[in-house]
Amino acid sequence: MNLQRGIHSMIEQIDGPMASFFSSCVHCGLCADACLFYTETQEPKYTPIYKLAPMRRIWQQQFTFWGRLLFKLGLSKPVTDEELAEWEPLVYDSCTLCGRCSLACPVGNDITYMVRKMREGMAASGHAPEGIKEATRRAIELGSPMGVTINTLKAHIKHAEKETGIAFPLDLVGADYLLVLSSAEIAVFSEIIPAVARIFHQAGISWTMASDGFEATNSGIQIGSSDLAAELVNRIVKSAEHLKVRYVISPECGHAYTALRWEGPNLIGRPFPFEVVHIIELLDQLQSSGRLKTTGTTDARMTFHDPCQMVRRGGVIDQPRNLLNKIASNFVEMPESGIQNWCCGGGGGVSANPRADELRLKVFSRKKSQLDAIAVKTMVTSCSNCRSMLEEGIEHYHMDTNVIGLTELIAEHLAEPSEEPKP
Amino acid sequence: MNQHALLFFLRGQGLKFAVIVFTFGLIYRLLHPVLLGRKKNLAAPRGGEWGPGMRTIWHRSLFPVRLTPRGHFIIIAGYIFHLGFLITLLFLSQHIELVKNTFGIYWPALPPGAISIAAVLSIAALAALFVHRITDPVKRLISDFQDYLVWVLTLLPLLTGLALDMAADYQRMLIVHIISVELLLIAIPFTKLAHMLTTFSSRWYNGAIAGYKGVKA
Repeated sequence: MNLQRGIHSMIEQIDGPMASFFSSCVHCGLCADACLFYTETQEPKYTPIYKLAPMRRIWQQQFTFWGRLLFKLGLSKPVTDEELAEWEPLVYDSCTLCGRCSLACPVGNDITYMVRKMREGMAASGHAPEGIKEATRRAIELGSPMGVTINTLKAHIKHAEKETGIAFPLDLVGADYLLVLSSAEIAVFSEIIPAVARIFHQAGISWTMASDGFEATNSGIQIGSSDLAAELVNRIVKSAEHLKVRYVISPECGHAYTALRWEGPNLIGRPFPFEVVHIIELLDQLQSSGRLKTTGTTDARMTFHDPCQMVRRGGVIDQPRNLLNKIASNFVEMPESGIQNWCCGGGGGVSANPRADELRLKVFSRKKSQLDAIAVKTMVTSCSNCRSMLEEGIEHYHMDTNVIGLTELIAEHLAEPSEEPKP
Repeated sequence: MNQHALLFFLRGQGLKFAVIVFTFGLIYRLLHPVLLGRKKNLAAPRGGEWGPGMRTIWHRSLFPVRLTPRGHFIIIAGYIFHLGFLITLLFLSQHIELVKNTFGIYWPALPPGAISIAAVLSIAALAALFVHRITDPVKRLISDFQDYLVWVLTLLPLLTGLALDMAADYQRMLIVHIISVELLLIAIPFTKLAHMLTTFSSRWYNGAIAGYKGVKA
């Protein structure tokens, strides 16, 4: 029953690009070298295109002449439950949807696009890791995959108001910007809350948060369930529409950005009546228009870890560098930075999947060698999930590097806050 | 059927059949993704699709900047095979003569010696890629029957064409050569050899999907 649902879902996912990609693969194996799960383990099963094998057979059996014929004659093996169970760790534990293979494929296959679609079928057939299932269930039932509630957020807001002396607008109808946060920001990296308050206060922008749509983490797109992903996105859309905002600020969270900015309107089936802007994009706009003023520079040698969903899969590439160049006098790029950066290892739901922990820490050796090449002590990033993963990896490999969030770094360098909000 | 009649058939009806299967089959393979289509993207675009798609078609033909040693081998051998095959196909005087007789168009040929070198290099690259396919753990794992089938089908026209120069019975070898070519033509739309066209649609989709988000893929 579940198997049939899964297979049916995979067939439904096969669109023009998928058919073209499956038709084009010549099994050259180059994608292996682009995937940190292969490069760091040298295990052939982690070759990106191999992760698609069951879905490729479904494509052959349903969409190609010989495949259909052999399938009808019973000469082509149907995809089984056991096979999907065997593939589950390949599709989820060893793929962060980072998109590096999609840049490497010589025939042009967007393998990440393919894995994202295959996950729809895997989730429908019940073959998704327990950890991500649980995170998704918590997101749907409690409002957050990490279980944070509006009360958790309100407690942080109270602290932030006390710390900064700035009133925190909650549910302000008619504000220009609606800020949403990721679970990890509320639960772990709550320094972000006073930081954004200070920045927005200085820049004089009209903003708010929504008590019924404050959480942007989207486990739905990670597990591969468009229905659940749509429900999670809809909470933000409803709040944004209710509060009549012009912009929704996507937080320092890679997959939240993909979910909101690129998948969001497609998930709910209509264009947004507001614009989605990544917080780093906004800070760059505010700085270049002179509304955000920083002061002083940090001499510490610093580098920037590009979150995959923000850069390769998101298109926010120069903005963090524009910001960093203003405040970091000793900024250095890692080898293979920007759209070629290597993943932290925990994207695409891997961080929510405890079964994958050992593998994730093993493949962190790629990030380690990138960092070792430039010997920096401070790594800046703009994704709270990357940040957790980087901190864990650094701890695991006993490295001497600290990780900071870009927005907080900017807040530390804010020029004296202006008394009057600018028009 | 005697040898003459067979050759006459292969050059006439046989070739016509193979070319028709090849042409319409490939058109179908390319149209299929277009007909399947994709959902209209409702997210606000940051960039275009058409231009970035075309850019990726061109860009993925260039020598990649970052490669591991096995990546270098695959790309270099791949280049040599494809270029050698195309040079042999397009610049051998007999091949041009065939096109001239059929369509009336022609272009300058390369000297036979140069064609032989191209064909030999192409065969050598194919041989090297075969050894790599059965020894490299990644490629061995992801390869299936079709990978070996199309390898044979691609190799045969090159080998039999080269053998024509030294064949004791030229006509018999020519028959074998033409059969191998027609088999290849017929196989292309039904196998992964269809990548000769779908590579372009795949690269375009890849570049367009990225371009929409403002990323150069």
